[in-house]
Amino acid sequence: MDRLLFGDNQFFGVNHMSEEKARAQQMRFQDTDAVMAVLDDAYDEGVRTFMCTTHDRIAEVCDRVRADPQRYDGFTFFPGMPYAHKYANAVTEDGMVGALRRFVPDTGFGDAAIRGTRSIARKDIDGLVTLLVDAEMKMFEGLSTPVIFLQNVVVDLLLGLEFREAFAIFAEHVRTRYDAEPGFITMNMPRLLDVLDDVGVENPVVCANINKIGFRMSGGIEAYDEALRTRRFRAIAMSVFASGAIPPEEAIQWVCERPNLEAIVFGASSRRNIRHTRELVDTYWRT
Amino acid sequence: MVGLGKMGLSHLSMMRATPGVDVTSVCDASGYLLGGLRRYTGLETYSSFEKMLDEADLDAVIIATPSNLHGPMVRAALDKGVHVFCEKPFCLDPDEGAELAEVARAAGLVTQVGYHNRFVGAFREVKSLLDQQAIGEVVHILGEAYGPVVLKPQGSTWRSNRTAGGGALYDYAAHPLNLINWYLGEPTGAGGTVLRSIYSRSTDDAVFTTLEFGGEATAQLCVNWSDESVRKMTTQLTIWGTRGRIYVDRQECHLFLRSGMGEPPPGYREGWNVRYTTELTEPVQFYLRGEEYSAQLEAFAQRVAEGAVTGENDFDSAVVTDRSLLLMRSDAARGVTAPDGTVAASEPLPGWLVQVREWREELLSSPAVKKLRARFDAGRARLTGMRGR
Repeated sequence: MDRLLFGDNQFFGVNHMSEEKARAQQMRFQDTDAVMAVLDDAYDEGVRTFMCTTHDRIAEVCDRVRADPQRYDGFTFFPGMPYAHKYANAVTEDGMVGALRRFVPDTGFGDAAIRGTRSIARKDIDGLVTLLVDAEMKMFEGLSTPVIFLQNVVVDLLLGLEFREAFAIFAEHVRTRYDAEPGFITMNMPRLLDVLDDVGVENPVVCANINKIGFRMSGGIEAYDEALRTRRFRAIAMSVFASGAIPPEEAIQWVCERPNLEAIVFGASSRRNIRHTRELVDTYWRT
Repeated sequence: MVGLGKMGLSHLSMMRATPGVDVTSVCDASGYLLGGLRRYTGLETYSSFEKMLDEADLDAVIIATPSNLHGPMVRAALDKGVHVFCEKPFCLDPDEGAELAEVARAAGLVTQVGYHNRFVGAFREVKSLLDQQAIGEVVHILGEAYGPVVLKPQGSTWRSNRTAGGGALYDYAAHPLNLINWYLGEPTGAGGTVLRSIYSRSTDDAVFTTLEFGGEATAQLCVNWSDESVRKMTTQLTIWGTRGRIYVDRQECHLFLRSGMGEPPPGYREGWNVRYTTELTEPVQFYLRGEEYSAQLEAFAQRVAEGAVTGENDFDSAVVTDRSLLLMRSDAARGVTAPDGTVAASEPLPGWLVQVREWREELLSSPAVKKLRARFDAGRARLTGMRGR
């Protein structure tokens, strides 16, 4: 896995700090050309793994990368699913079961349609999870996706509900059908590691907020450090700048001192910032 | 836990992960969801609320059912001596709400309503700034809420039905309104209220109003849940005072303080001040979708443990918002002033006509009818083609 991964929050107006900044980013990135320009910059700076949601617009990015395999040689996607807002809004409109039906493919009489109808009828979580994953993965066909993530809203919802089997089903499906490693994004890392252990998901990729001020690190910095020292998993740090609350150099220096960290995911909108982050990581991350 | 909609499921998840709380049973009308939960999470499930109250030996219950069911369910729980957390809005009939608050008080039971914004660090900071008179006397508050909920004419869940407590008034406007109640108290009057339908057939998608607070301060609401330009619901307030101005949303708080108007509060200066969520937010024990959702449940659990009958968002405070909502509905029904000075009450369509129209729409949009139509169109196209030859 690359040490530095490129995130996609900045492209979709996700900014935990300011709605004004979020809107400015939405304006700037409403055309896929603008997104590609930044991804090109990242690629040229040697940041070649794109950790992204399954937002509809990512499908366009996938098309561009597929269309120019030479330009994007070695370009890797780490998809994270689902893009939760489309589901949440559907639930408000159609209710819980209605929303489920909407996202399970229902055209024709193919395998998916049969799996879908049968799964919904039987409350067969196995069938449902695999179906939703397959639907979200369609846009990445033919591209390199060595790690496939479950987004934190879903991971943490299931974690709180103690819906443990879902994690194992997801992991198994990702490993067998996509030959990929299962990844889990969470805001409750120590608790999640316990549960993944319990259901037998071995050496999982886990992406969590890891930053100097403990922002959204439920369980506290000490529990996170303890987990990094003693647990067997592949840790990716996100939100290392805590949405800009920590100066870049201080943030990177601190996070690079964490034991057993495998990668850092960060977002940026300019080549200058991408290069700056890369240089900081080169300086402070001694292997 | 009663009601497993969007709010219910996330409450269930957060509550189950809260230390010191043992969630034992869930209740919902959908056997489908219950079956899934029973099978995979080991929770005890009930389809009857009364049966759950009788059998489950509960200390407290979380009610997240459609709003028109809140009243009777809350009463049944209180009668059994069970502490209650209820989703917002509390009761569509404020008199019923006030009576339930009284019942709870008499029984020494803890109550709370899910106005989570009062647990958002930035909105709390503003409460503290106003209490310190940081911007002097409040002159006016503009409360706004926008989101992409109803973007086309469709949907028939309870949220699209005002009499069930749905609609932008109850679902969206209640949030900034509740904050305004927190900052200014209960309005003494309302004018110019408009409950406007944009796409929904039987409820409002946008809400506008002007509220009076004893002739000293005013507030306006501008709310629209058919706004796709925002990614998710956003609630924001702008507050003008004699000594400054505040802008606040869940992520940041901007405070402008006029110079030479007295000592700024500790940590603030004259001119512009900006505080972000990262410095205003206390960590929670389990994070799902924003600290405020976890924090309000942690607070409820804490209050139940301590038997703290009064507290943030207790029934008494929620009834103030219920009364404000009703005030806006009455004002909207009164109508607007015409150029000749008369007040024209807008005449709503009779209920039966609305119902017939809904049935027609539903029928026309049903898959079976659509399929028939498609077949018919295809047949006609073929016929036309044959004639052409």
